[in-house]
Amino acid sequence: MNDPDLLFKALADPSRRKLLDLLYAEDGQTLGDLCRHLIMTRQAVTQHLDVLEAANLVATVRRGREKLHFLNPVPLQEIYERWIRKFEKPRLEALHDLKRLLEGDHDE
Amino acid sequence: MNRSTFMYVTYIRTTPETLWSALTDPATMKQYWFGMHQESDWLPGSAWKLVFPDGRIADAGEIVEADRPRRLVIKWRNEFKPEMQAEGYSRCTMELEPSANAVKLTITHVMERSDSKFIDAVSGGWPKIVSNIKSLLESGRIALEEAYPART
Repeated sequence: MNDPDLLFKALADPSRRKLLDLLYAEDGQTLGDLCRHLIMTRQAVTQHLDVLEAANLVATVRRGREKLHFLNPVPLQEIYERWIRKFEKPRLEALHDLKRLLEGDHDE
Repeated sequence: MNRSTFMYVTYIRTTPETLWSALTDPATMKQYWFGMHQESDWLPGSAWKLVFPDGRIADAGEIVEADRPRRLVIKWRNEFKPEMQAEGYSRCTMELEPSANAVKLTITHVMERSDSKFIDAVSGGWPKIVSNIKSLLESGRIALEEAYPART
């Protein structure tokens, strides 16, 4: 299911991140399309795609004999909400404080 | 490829019937769609529209298929930006499939032209909306209050 361990494991590999970049550049590619951009065996690419699909980062649709791969951004949005968004406010406040300190506080 | 497609998949711990209601009930929708809601009687051939919080029409179209609680297809066109309206109708398909103790929600949004501005625009919104539906149904709270939180 939407296991964060599966998600982070899927992201923790440069070839799999490259596959996500390739799908971001052009969604709906076949295995053959993706293999053209990678110096890897077809079998290795299939295995990486399976890991990405298990983590729900890639969704597939069958069209006749072909399987089309789509980048699914929903789990990345969840990472953003869970791990990034809540840190933004303190960081922006810290920057604001730093700016005030360096520029001198002319508010009063 | 001569079309622009986006797919959004999420697994939500709920039932297909509850998820269908959340996808079609205006009051629930306002909670996860940043104050916007859709209006339709959700029958094939019926008119459909997406309405801004202030009542202006954002997008409009028609229900193509409605198989409660499995499959909903909407013919969907932007109505408030001329350059996107000119692209014509897109097709949005929502599929709900039971999967263990959850429902797999797949939203596919297709425009039959390459480099669609409309698909670019909706692709920023859908992940946030889908993620909000998931939070709302699983925890009773939404994840994001605003589509574009203020940066100040």
